[in-house]
Amino acid sequence: MLILECPYCGVHAEETELHGGGEAHLTRHGPESSDQDFEGYLFQRENPRGVHFERWRHVHGCGKWFHAARCTATLEVFGTYSAQTSEPPQHIRDRISAKRPGWSWRELA
Amino acid sequence: MKRYSAFAIAREALRHHTGWERAWRKATPKKKYDVVIVGAGGHGLATAYYLGKNHGIKNVAILEKGWLGGGNTGRNTTIIRSNYLQDPSAAIYEKARSLYETMSQDLNYNVMFSPRGVMMLAQTHHEVRGYERTAHANSLQGVETQFIGPEKVKELCPIIRLDGPRYPVLGALYQPRGGTARHDAVAWGYARACSDMGMDIIQQCEVTAVRSDAGKVRGVTTTMGDIDCDKLAIVVAGNSGVLADMAGFRLPIESVALQALVSEPIKPAMDVVIMANTVHGYMSQSDKGEMVIGGGTDGYNNYTQRGSFHHVEETVRALIETFPMLSRLKMLRQWGGIVDITGDRSPIISKTPLGGCFINCGWGTGGFKAIPGSGWATAEMIAQGAPGPLASAFGLERFREGRFIDESVAAGVAH
Ligand SMILES: Cc1cc2nc3c(=O)[nH]c(=O)nc-3n(C[C@H](O)[C@H](O)[C@H](O)COP(=O)(O)OP(=O)(O)OC[C@H]3O[C@@H](n4cnc5c(N)ncnc54)[C@H](O)[C@@H]3O)c2cc1C
Ligand SMILES: [Zn+2]
Repeated sequence: MLILECPYCGVHAEETELHGGGEAHLTRHGPESSDQDFEGYLFQRENPRGVHFERWRHVHGCGKWFHAARCTATLEVFGTYSAQTSEPPQHIRDRISAKRPGWSWRELA
Repeated sequence: MKRYSAFAIAREALRHHTGWERAWRKATPKKKYDVVIVGAGGHGLATAYYLGKNHGIKNVAILEKGWLGGGNTGRNTTIIRSNYLQDPSAAIYEKARSLYETMSQDLNYNVMFSPRGVMMLAQTHHEVRGYERTAHANSLQGVETQFIGPEKVKELCPIIRLDGPRYPVLGALYQPRGGTARHDAVAWGYARACSDMGMDIIQQCEVTAVRSDAGKVRGVTTTMGDIDCDKLAIVVAGNSGVLADMAGFRLPIESVALQALVSEPIKPAMDVVIMANTVHGYMSQSDKGEMVIGGGTDGYNNYTQRGSFHHVEETVRALIETFPMLSRLKMLRQWGGIVDITGDRSPIISKTPLGGCFINCGWGTGGFKAIPGSGWATAEMIAQGAPGPLASAFGLERFREGRFIDESVAAGVAH
């Protein structure tokens, strides 16, 4: 059972209280963008075996969207943070680097 | 290869079973192959088999990081059907289903194909309309299905409860020649036939890098060293994103866990396969007597081959409404596999941005049924360098071009 701390209410919410929203920090290309960028935004996903940044919604709680950093190979949670940002905050990146030496934030999105 | 037959069983019985040979050779990697296939699941093995059988390409290695058939092929609930809505899907799934009919004879290996019939229950008026539409589409596609009423459902499956509290059974989309097969046997049968053609099946050999030169594949790096090849096929289901990353491209795929479970064995109670998409559950009875049960996927990206308990609970709770007799059964085992889900819930059989590198993936929650058809189409693409008629609609470029093969609406639980 996955447990994530909602950064807004501070509740340690278990999975059934939450709704997953897929990969975070996607660049939202609009209608005037190239076909390739639009395809990337709509369909292509990083889907890593390892560090993953994703969107979650505290549906059965405060109802707000937040972000989580998780490892898809071990299910370890590195931390959660506000969705009002376009990239993971430094303290989350530092925590991941401490646990996954050599890891780097990829500017794929 | 010594053929399996009733006579062989009698012969071996008389000499204390000392004469059986290994089903496939233990192989060590050569320096170079014409074709290297990554992943010895059903799709990788079937691809190799049809490369040899249909195209005469036999200098082939199949590399497997674990044991063959140990991925989703050995973890699935073995439902075989071809009652899809879109034409390209119906074509490849029906090709596969028809190959299942003769697979045991073709491979000389008993895959226990059991065309016992598959019913997809309609439990809302929306589903009734949807399945009537699919039945019409199927008759145009030459796939034999029919929409049947509740009385016929009850006749085919007496343990069902038609007037459940939330979702009464209003009918079903019935495919009489759908059914199940023994999953391990499909992998083992193909492996035996591939080995017999001289192909190398190399287990415990993980691909860790893809080597290329001037935009063309040269080979792979593995835990057993470098292996060169002219053509590379990536057929690794839930691990597709990892291999694509090695080969330098991205995919429209997310990897998530899908779980299944079986009950204690009971006497024969149900001789059809039932899927209930509105409540997210499906069930069949194995030859051992276990009720084999599955439901929807877990809700987040995951590579661990395990899922959350509440999904199992939801599935069982949903099925108990329609099959009250299940409430008395103990559940014996539960497991998970990592499935590769695409945006339109249809698979990918495609060339890739890397020259000489092909990919077969995206079968998600429902690719066991497709194994022979998919192997057939993928072998054709590798041999000819471009997809043939069965595969051409399933290329990666469909996402950019907006030519989706949308099966997500047609089948809520796509097994
Ligand atoms: C619980 C569950 C129930 C299902 N039920 C059904 C059903 O009822 N009907 C149906 O049609 N489908 C069903 N499916 C889907 C079906 O199992 C899959 O679509 C199908 O088995 C995929 O086969 P595959 O050969 O592509 O993948 P797999 O069988 O997963 O084979 C891929 C192989 O690649 C190997 N591999 C991965 N990475 C590497 C590497 N780096 N180097 C070397 N080897 C590697 C893996 O170890 C694995 O053995 C179900 C799946 C699950 C999990
Ligand atoms: Zn909250």
